[in-house]
Amino acid sequence: MSNEGQIYRISGPVVTAKGMSAAMYDVVRVGDEGLMGEVIEIHGDQSVIQVYEDTSGIRPGEPVLNTQETLSVALGPGLLTQIYDGIQRPLQTLEEQMGFFITRGVDADAFDMEKTWTFEPVASAGDEVSGGNVIGHVQETETIVHKIMVPPNVSGTIKSIESGDFNVTQTVATLEDGTEIQMMQKWPVRSPRPFQTKYAPDTPLITGMRILDFLFPLAKGGAAGIPGPFGSGKTVTQQSLAKYSDAQIVVYIGCGERGNEMTEVLDEFPHLIDPNTGKPLMNRTVMIANTSNMPVAAREASVYTGITIAEYFRDMGYDVALMADSTSRWAEAMREISSRLEEMPGEEGYPAYLSSRIAEFYERAGRVNTLSGEDGSVTAIGAVSPPGGDISEPVSQGTLRIVKVFWGLDAGLARQRHFPAINWLNSYSLYPPSLDQWYRDNIGQDFPEIRTAISGLLQIEAELQEIVQLVGSDALPVDQQLTLEVARMIREYFLQQNGFDPIDAYCDINLQYRMAKAVLTFQDAAKSAMGAGSALSDVVNVPARSALLRGRFEEGYIDRIDDMVKAMVDEIEATVEEN
Amino acid sequence: MAGKEYRTITDVKGPLVFLNKTEPVAYGEIVSLRLSNGDIKNGQVLDTSDDMVVVQVFEGTAKVDRQAGVTFLGDVFKLPVSTDLVGRILDGAGRPRDGGPEIVADEKADIIGAAINPYSRQSPHDFIQTGISAIDCCTTLVRGQKLPIFSASGLPHNDIALQIARQAKLKDSDEEFIVVFCAMGITAEEYNFFRSDLERTGALENAVLFVNLADDPAVERIITPRLALTAAEYLAFEQDYHVLVIYTDMTNYCDALRQIGAAREEVPGRRGYPGYMYTDLAMLYERAGIVKGKKGSITQFPILTMPGDDITHPIPDLSGYITEGQIVISRELHQQGIYPPINVLPSLSRLMGSCIGEKTTRDDHKKVSDQMYAAYAQGRELRGLVAIVGEDALNERDKQLLDFSAIFEDRFLRQSRDEDRSIDETLNLCWELMSNIDTKYLVRLDEELIAKYHPENRA
Repeated sequence: MSNEGQIYRISGPVVTAKGMSAAMYDVVRVGDEGLMGEVIEIHGDQSVIQVYEDTSGIRPGEPVLNTQETLSVALGPGLLTQIYDGIQRPLQTLEEQMGFFITRGVDADAFDMEKTWTFEPVASAGDEVSGGNVIGHVQETETIVHKIMVPPNVSGTIKSIESGDFNVTQTVATLEDGTEIQMMQKWPVRSPRPFQTKYAPDTPLITGMRILDFLFPLAKGGAAGIPGPFGSGKTVTQQSLAKYSDAQIVVYIGCGERGNEMTEVLDEFPHLIDPNTGKPLMNRTVMIANTSNMPVAAREASVYTGITIAEYFRDMGYDVALMADSTSRWAEAMREISSRLEEMPGEEGYPAYLSSRIAEFYERAGRVNTLSGEDGSVTAIGAVSPPGGDISEPVSQGTLRIVKVFWGLDAGLARQRHFPAINWLNSYSLYPPSLDQWYRDNIGQDFPEIRTAISGLLQIEAELQEIVQLVGSDALPVDQQLTLEVARMIREYFLQQNGFDPIDAYCDINLQYRMAKAVLTFQDAAKSAMGAGSALSDVVNVPARSALLRGRFEEGYIDRIDDMVKAMVDEIEATVEEN
Repeated sequence: MAGKEYRTITDVKGPLVFLNKTEPVAYGEIVSLRLSNGDIKNGQVLDTSDDMVVVQVFEGTAKVDRQAGVTFLGDVFKLPVSTDLVGRILDGAGRPRDGGPEIVADEKADIIGAAINPYSRQSPHDFIQTGISAIDCCTTLVRGQKLPIFSASGLPHNDIALQIARQAKLKDSDEEFIVVFCAMGITAEEYNFFRSDLERTGALENAVLFVNLADDPAVERIITPRLALTAAEYLAFEQDYHVLVIYTDMTNYCDALRQIGAAREEVPGRRGYPGYMYTDLAMLYERAGIVKGKKGSITQFPILTMPGDDITHPIPDLSGYITEGQIVISRELHQQGIYPPINVLPSLSRLMGSCIGEKTTRDDHKKVSDQMYAAYAQGRELRGLVAIVGEDALNERDKQLLDFSAIFEDRFLRQSRDEDRSIDETLNLCWELMSNIDTKYLVRLDEELIAKYHPENRA
């Protein structure tokens, strides 16, 4: 058998070739136009191939060529600020080559192979190096130093290493055994990149969203799922995370989503400033955009392309955050291909291996000791789009079994224009026990207790609301009415956050802590004033409280909030004397 | 390659014909079938291999027998496009239906269409004034958007679609849209309603109609929207027109998709619809948009009827995940005699934020819209409470909100079928209605706007 065979059958994105020797996941070139595909099943001398481009017009009998490589991504300087399709073709290059419609049969390098970068060695001749060791630096963008590493399966003694300007395919170092090391390396997307050990996470990924950082924190190296029906704000939440989270590198995968939304991200990101560095956000971002009408097999590959890039930056010792919007579209791509293969379906037509694929994907997140001995992490945040918003379906369930943070978006809250529409009653995070020490050391000694108090109040409110539904709030005793007021303050002042407001969109974690304390201070002050005879309505309507509430939309709130809280307490105390 | 006729049909099943021993046939190739009585039918290759070819027959397989002759035409399905399309009425397979001549093609375009490179798209930001308050204020339409109407049987979605087609324009501009109308399995009566309305207003001269009626072959519905969108793409991106594509009814389209899936014995997804329906719908809806460096645009208005008024049914559900919002028509409001019966609460325009504000509509638009929405939502919720505890149990704020919800429906939503309200009129109306609520309860409006627009301060 040779590397070349012929097409036997074509059914949508699935093509069968015969007479070709092939191994699983070999990349092949299909037909006269050389469309890219991947071997996903072997029957005797027939290989079943999923093709990453449209197959209309292809005929049986056309040639199929096995490249004998597995689907790989190119890794090296030039990755940042790029926008790729699902198989790492830069969209900008595609536009240059084929205009504004994506046609097929076009190959494009993942980044500019000719561009030169200034390589500064950090290793020298005679050093023993092994896979993952950093041998040099390249200032890739203003904020990010790209560390050039020895490819994972290479080791030896450096014979020579040079500084200067090189393009990514020129040799920068040579080992004693003659192995040449370039700045670019390749890695197969379906295999996790190696590391030494995985640690338990102990640092939160600060997102600037109050409900997430405060009530349901995600650890650096953790995994989170965001399920929600359409219109509940999954994409806005994912985009906020991409903008404001304190990761050093962000990989954003638009997997089977809307074209216009991707365009919005592409338009917006170059103009946004990273609150953590003060530099354009794009400098730390790699984007993968495989919209819903782009080929379905490339959509299946896009999440692997993304996470491999994330792992590569992790290996340099960076904290990487990866957003996949939406993993349901990825699962549907698997289902579509599986049904073309006529596989026996599992639940709702999804392949039986769905949940293991989901688990494998999220398992590639984590905080690790890299091969070069540094500390790096990949945090994975996957949006899930359950049909009809019902999370009993297989993709949501497969995700919930593996992730430790669940941010449940709620259509009802979205309808009340409560954003982010994350339901505080059914969302959860399993990370607080491992993160509490960080919060105590860095934000406030009583941080965990304040969190417990806030979530306790929300819980009580939910119970009281059931009674209010029946008898109206006036029928409740006055202390419970106060509890409802405090809970309302938590919801409207603390949990609600306007993602489109230039100030409120990102909330510093120290400010979050003070805002939460402000709510509890109000509760205490109101309770004692009411104990001394003040009416609830007087206490609630003191002008300083409205000022405190509105203040969060104004610049410099963090400097004023303590004074505003004090003014509120004074006015509340004053209501006692008026009586 | 075209020309050779095969008589090797083995099986005929539903809309599918299976045949063997052919020359190599391309995936997606167009097929012509000659029946023994001389009739010609058309089809497309769905699956091809050395041994077996599966053909989907657009006109249905009635009268097809194993002696029918099959010719492969050597090409995928293409639509002849030219500006002559404007003003024409074609059938669901692109043949003239108005008795006029065949379309003389400037070029032939592949109807499957290619995906627009996300990098080449231009973010939509031009506000379209529809003249309908509920849409302009709360679910603002943007040029290049795909905004479906989620309706149900017996509701006036057609009137709303036509009113939008008639009134839609850019603010302060007379630039008109070319309407591409695509009918899939609607009744002759509905079609006549659309056509006569377009004729009456003179819009027909600026429209292209692709019509597949309820008694036309169901399978043909698979290609009808693709033809319409191919025409739309040509007019928008080659001829610089702004195109408004209205297609109705997506539910019939999806049912046709299910019919083919069933005939191929595919593993069904939810409610028997094929697992690839999301991708299939995306291939239609995603053909809306604007491209950098091109003057034209495609705005889509798909209409779908939700089976059993159920928004979680796969058709509205998958559509909602692809489209940029939805306009939901409410049976309850319709029964109260309110036109247009748009329920603004579950309705949404995702692109609204990019097209409203001082430069495009008015500085108060966003906050007014939020406040109107919030007050109405609370008022509606209170109706449930009042049913249990009575109106007397409400406090002053709640009473005002309850009253507001009724005014909202009666004066804000309700307008006549030819009432074309400008965005200023709509927003002024909002302020007038909100003045029924004490200012201190209007928490989403800031003092500056209240000072500028509140009727008390304007008088």
